[in-house]
Amino acid sequence: MQEELSAPERRKGNMGSWALIVAVIALVVAAFGYVGGWLAPQRLTPKRIVDQLQDNAGTFAGYRRNHAKGVCVVGYFQSNGHAQAYSDAQVFAPGRTPLVGRFAIPGGNPYAPDSSVPIRSMALRFAQANGQQWRTGMNSMPVFPVSTPQAFYDQLKAQQPDPATGKPDPAKVAAFFAAHPETAAFRAWAKTAKPSASFATENYWSLDAFVFTNSAGKRQAVRWRMVPEATDTGSDAGSGGNPDYLASDLAQRLSQGPLHWHLLVTLAQPGDPTNDATKEWPADRQTIDAGTLVLEHTEPQESGPCRDINYDPLVLPDGIEASDDPLLPARSAAYAVSYLRRTSEEAHLPGAAVAHPKPEAKP
Amino acid sequence: MKSDAKTFSLPARILHWLMAAMILAMLFIGVGMVASVSERHEWLLRIHKPLGIAILILAVVRLAVRLRHPPPALPADLPAVQKLAAHASHWLLYLLMLAMPLIGWAMLSAGGYPVMLSDSLRLPPIFPTSPVAFAVLRHMHSWFAMLLFLTFIAHMAAALYHGLIRRDGVLSSMVRGEKQAEVIEPATLP
Repeated sequence: MQEELSAPERRKGNMGSWALIVAVIALVVAAFGYVGGWLAPQRLTPKRIVDQLQDNAGTFAGYRRNHAKGVCVVGYFQSNGHAQAYSDAQVFAPGRTPLVGRFAIPGGNPYAPDSSVPIRSMALRFAQANGQQWRTGMNSMPVFPVSTPQAFYDQLKAQQPDPATGKPDPAKVAAFFAAHPETAAFRAWAKTAKPSASFATENYWSLDAFVFTNSAGKRQAVRWRMVPEATDTGSDAGSGGNPDYLASDLAQRLSQGPLHWHLLVTLAQPGDPTNDATKEWPADRQTIDAGTLVLEHTEPQESGPCRDINYDPLVLPDGIEASDDPLLPARSAAYAVSYLRRTSEEAHLPGAAVAHPKPEAKP
Repeated sequence: MKSDAKTFSLPARILHWLMAAMILAMLFIGVGMVASVSERHEWLLRIHKPLGIAILILAVVRLAVRLRHPPPALPADLPAVQKLAAHASHWLLYLLMLAMPLIGWAMLSAGGYPVMLSDSLRLPPIFPTSPVAFAVLRHMHSWFAMLLFLTFIAHMAAALYHGLIRRDGVLSSMVRGEKQAEVIEPATLP
């Protein structure tokens, strides 16, 4: 039944065959190595972005690699049905959707004083009755400094503290901004921005654009923001020397009753940029008040329900889609790396960073 | 599981080549998406989940086909070590093609993510929410993927070895049907 060849014949004919087999394997392994990034070290990967965040702020086991300092909040969204014409997501049908949220400040240090940055952030996970979820992470500024993942990485690199001074090299930061004129709108905002005394009085912008789809299949590019009902200038909590005044202020306000925001959805006109978070849309764009965010109580993030949530902005329900904004997939990918690192640390897996006790507060 | 058949049955051959393409694509999609920050990350992820579930379903069908139509026996003169390697690697491949989608599904469940196969099709969770379980399962997903890739490489190398070096009919038993194999076989005799 089998082909019979003499041994020398077989060996002679086999040289080419062996070479072919080795070549095929080498080709497949090389392709795999290239696609997986091991053979393409210059490619910007989510790991490199998260590594750079750690280089800038240090590694704090168990905490998010960015927006590390924060608190959990729990509440619900009361939809008025006004956004239903544009999105058939269940969250926009009239009624209540429960949610778990998180307020935070940017940066990788969970012990940074609240006054160290003028930006605050709000992340929400809406849990629809049909099991789908809407996760969103918003910041208290109307524009993002940069529009691409590469520029974001380059900015982090420019802001990496110099080991000698412990501070970023001003020359490098200046060079970065000079090379990135798209940062102008953010810098203009940052010049006048002051660290607020409360999470409750801030506006929170989606920054990135998304696409609403309705039951007729119509697509509408949107951005959204949360507009607070609380408009007081805040307490003077920050002046008392408490570095965690935002959490104290939030707990104090919630002890007196729930806090409210309105979800305002801005509808893009044709030509409005959906792929550039550094550019605001014109102020006359139609805006819909889609309902009220109601936050009822707060818990520390170390034990609260937001701890194990990755606020990946691409976890979206049917009726909301990603736009062509290049920051969105990069956020999703980098958040996934951060989430795996901190859950690995929680699981005490080999190779994961080990938690350090909270540093003593300076007198 | 011995069989008198000289080739794999037609359903087995169709499943083999279809799943070979799907699994190889899946391995490349998997390592590609986790190493990308571009829009590729998003669209690869959108393929990854439904393709994984499709592989899981086909793997179950394939096991049933295999039990119904036992595969042809390996050549009698194949060294025992190679026979052992062949059988062990085949069962490892079956194990991994069933385990990988289940681990992926369990991992998303443990991470508290909705398991979305499309914009609206959602699978129920198959594991309770747990960050520790998420981390363990997520690492398992990566390591088993590497093991699957290495097993695939060994499998492909062995198939080429049988087809090009030994020329013992093992490769053709997965390529050709019984009838054609019988017609072709006499012509290859010296």
